[in-house]
Amino acid sequence: MLYREAGDFSTSYTADSQTFPIRFDRYRYYFILVVAFLVIPFFVNDYWANAILVPFLIYSIAAIGLNILTGYCGQVSLGTGGFMAVGAYSFYKLMTAFPEISIMLHVLLSGCITAAVVTLFGLPSLRIKGFYLAVATLAAQFFLVWMFNKVPWFYNYSMTGMIGSPERTVLGIVVTGPNTDAWAKYFVCLIFVTLCGIIARNLTRGSVGRKWMAIRDMDIAAEIIGVNPLKAKLSAFAVSGFFIGIAGALYFGVFLGAVEVTEAFGIEKSFMVLFMIIIGGLGSIFGSFAGAAFMVLLPVLLKNVFVGGLGWPTDLAAHLYFVIAGGLIIMFLILEPHGLAQLWRLAKEKLRLWPFPH
Amino acid sequence: MNNVSQDHFVTADGRSIGGALMEMQNITLRFGGVVALEDISFDILEGEVRAIIGPNGAGKSSMLNVISGFYVPQEGQVLYRGSLRPAMKPFQVATQGIARTFQNIALFEGMSVLDNVMTGRITKIKSGIFSQMIWKGRAEREEIENREVVEKIIDFLEIQAIRKTPVSRLPYGLKKRVELARALAAEPSLLLLDEPMAGMNVEEKEDMSRFILDVNSEFGTTIALIEHDMSVVMDLSDRVVVMDYGKKIGDGTPDEIRNNQEVIDAYLGVSHD
Amino acid sequence: MPDKFLFAMEVMLNGLMAGVLYSLVALGFVLIFKASGIFNYAQGVMALFAALTLVGIKDGQIPFAHLINAIFGTNIHHFGWHLPAFVAIIFTVIVMIGFAWLVQRFIFRHLVNQEPIILFMATIGLAYFLEGVGDLMWGSDIKKLDVGIPKGMNETIELLTYNRFGYGFFIDNLDIFATFLAVILVTVLVGFSQYTKQGRALRAVADDHQAALSVGISLGYIWVLVWSIAGVVALVAGTVWGAKSGVQFSLSLIALKALPVLMLGGFTSIPGAIVGGLIIGVGEKLFEFLVGPMIGGATENWFAYVLALVFLVFRPQGLFGERIIERV
Repeated sequence: MLYREAGDFSTSYTADSQTFPIRFDRYRYYFILVVAFLVIPFFVNDYWANAILVPFLIYSIAAIGLNILTGYCGQVSLGTGGFMAVGAYSFYKLMTAFPEISIMLHVLLSGCITAAVVTLFGLPSLRIKGFYLAVATLAAQFFLVWMFNKVPWFYNYSMTGMIGSPERTVLGIVVTGPNTDAWAKYFVCLIFVTLCGIIARNLTRGSVGRKWMAIRDMDIAAEIIGVNPLKAKLSAFAVSGFFIGIAGALYFGVFLGAVEVTEAFGIEKSFMVLFMIIIGGLGSIFGSFAGAAFMVLLPVLLKNVFVGGLGWPTDLAAHLYFVIAGGLIIMFLILEPHGLAQLWRLAKEKLRLWPFPH
Repeated sequence: MNNVSQDHFVTADGRSIGGALMEMQNITLRFGGVVALEDISFDILEGEVRAIIGPNGAGKSSMLNVISGFYVPQEGQVLYRGSLRPAMKPFQVATQGIARTFQNIALFEGMSVLDNVMTGRITKIKSGIFSQMIWKGRAEREEIENREVVEKIIDFLEIQAIRKTPVSRLPYGLKKRVELARALAAEPSLLLLDEPMAGMNVEEKEDMSRFILDVNSEFGTTIALIEHDMSVVMDLSDRVVVMDYGKKIGDGTPDEIRNNQEVIDAYLGVSHD
Repeated sequence: MPDKFLFAMEVMLNGLMAGVLYSLVALGFVLIFKASGIFNYAQGVMALFAALTLVGIKDGQIPFAHLINAIFGTNIHHFGWHLPAFVAIIFTVIVMIGFAWLVQRFIFRHLVNQEPIILFMATIGLAYFLEGVGDLMWGSDIKKLDVGIPKGMNETIELLTYNRFGYGFFIDNLDIFATFLAVILVTVLVGFSQYTKQGRALRAVADDHQAALSVGISLGYIWVLVWSIAGVVALVAGTVWGAKSGVQFSLSLIALKALPVLMLGGFTSIPGAIVGGLIIGVGEKLFEFLVGPMIGGATENWFAYVLALVFLVFRPQGLFGERIIERV
């Protein structure tokens, strides 16, 4: 008995609509939380935190954000990089302007500011659909990056044009700046991932999520049964922006510490997060995590195998990464358009019947 | 032609039919140079089953689209519950208690049956997005209440077994039924059905007819439907509007329509000769 | 200030020339979109790949030399020949046709009837893939491409305008050449789609896949055909652009220049692509000239997009599109 749901009946609608209706899933979820919060922080070292865990957590937040907009509400966005930049620069301005206020609050505020900006760029979605919208979001991408490059106020008139996060503490523990411990970085990101995950799950299982999906699947029918397309689309843009803003703030403030906008938040970033949700699974919170893990691990793996293992030059490994990432995207779209999340679901369905498949 | 009195009366099978729920007055709808509806007036009485028939391209679906606010007519007005309906977006019309099904099934293919039917309750949701983020309290309570209503409709339409099935996996006949469930979930005062039996076999048609009659008699829902199958229309409906080339050519009880010479010439005569 | 006016005139002319190149790339998009409903994001990378292949074949580079060296510890790089430009072009065209066949056979044949947005994302994947393959095959260093296109200032125009206005306009010979090339290419393409059997089949497929199938047109053949044409268009764009500023990664970014052109002109309209390209070419150069210095410059990065966005909000069907009546 690896996994089962027999004898596990929902006896109320409350029980049926919870996040993990099956007991086994619920226990596994608690187990993962306990390990993530109480075990990993004591063992994590610099390499694991900086190369894998912290980027994984941050990209998960960004992927959830984009998945809400693209996977749930059907509005393809290629502006994720630019929107993350909004989060990063808001965070920078807030933490330098109000050093006495906790940065945890600043991160949330950066999310809110990004939500507002993304909503603004979401306004054309009421008139423009499909590809036209996808291309229109590129306007946001290019304009925002250009703006953060050209307006000195955003980078506090620094000579280099870069922004760097000063040292700030939470409850006496250093969480930003060069002297941050690996476990502190990890822990801060973990808190926000947990928060975002719960919010995203609550929104997508209720009526807000249904409105988004209705708009995605058939916008005209959705409007006729009573979904206000303006509100539904803009709320998706706002929630998505909130998450992406948080991700941007953490990516700059906690993960990198100092960024140059074109390098950190260019169009490559937009595509990378888009790839995460395609590989992970459009319209799935679990898929956002799976996709983020995959895209973070892939280059690390390639580097270890080809550069570390076979001694190839790094540029060759980088080219190979493009080939593999691109190839995988195509493969997933052809074989499993619902991504890793669907593979997981199928595996569970098999296990459910195991060892008696008939 | 319209000789049914506006006063309340009781039909032979014991349903009570009352004053006008919806009145269409001199509706004209044009697409560029094409006139889709020309000066059409008729009413829908509270509690009745009203059929709209006519050959292909007569403008029946356009008429339904005008009622549900999807098309805005260039001329004429719509009275709902006795008062003039101002210009409205379709989603505002939905909140007034008008629900509908579509000629080509318009279900949300990426969602389960249950979620599809739950979308019918969207106009009833009061909790905001922040309350739903936290889920506990009002949002959860509302979800449960709506779920109870939806489960009753699922029972009523006998689709319990496919509750959690993705809609995209269902056969055509069941999809039609799920779409009806979604419309009913809104507990509408006026239910618009656009060819609810198109493409069904005799057995499925009988099931669907039974559901339509049950909805009308058990919930007292007013129904306006478009249908091609004459025997179904004549059996189901209290009154019939006949359209041809965007014009109204007949209006009355099924018996009157059967004997209306203009209707026979334009429509029935061709197919029944 | 007549000086400033003359400058602006010159900027505008140069904008027109740049616009022609944008149109050329946009044309590749439109062709594929019309025939298969695929919005091919990889068009820019195709141009890069075509240019890389052209240089590689012409200079006798050994494909995948880097990879082979890394695996087998060899040290190979060139075959040691230099081919004439036109021979290299012919070989490159063959490569692009082969590429078209591969794309159709291994990707889009399996994605028939998928939603357009899925197809779009597949082409993003294709763009990544092709970029990686291009770099692996030919190396990622900046290459010079010389196929005998004239370069440098056109002295006739300079002389003429100097005599007329007292100020000589700087127009690059390459741009003039590119404009002629684009005009020829468009004429040939329009002629092809209007007057040949294949062209008619192509338009039939664009109108309705099912109907085209039912009268015996082979979809697979048409798609390979269309991707081949797009490959040739990419080759032309890549060659011109590569001759102008070297063959390197940034060449693939001309796809990003073509996207706003498409928004403006509509995804299905050949005249739209041409007019849209010219508007954007002139618009962004003039904006950079007039407004750029006031707000920090480098506005070319986003101006085209914002222009297209604003335009679309007021006219969602684009320049030449027809208003869509929505039905349920």
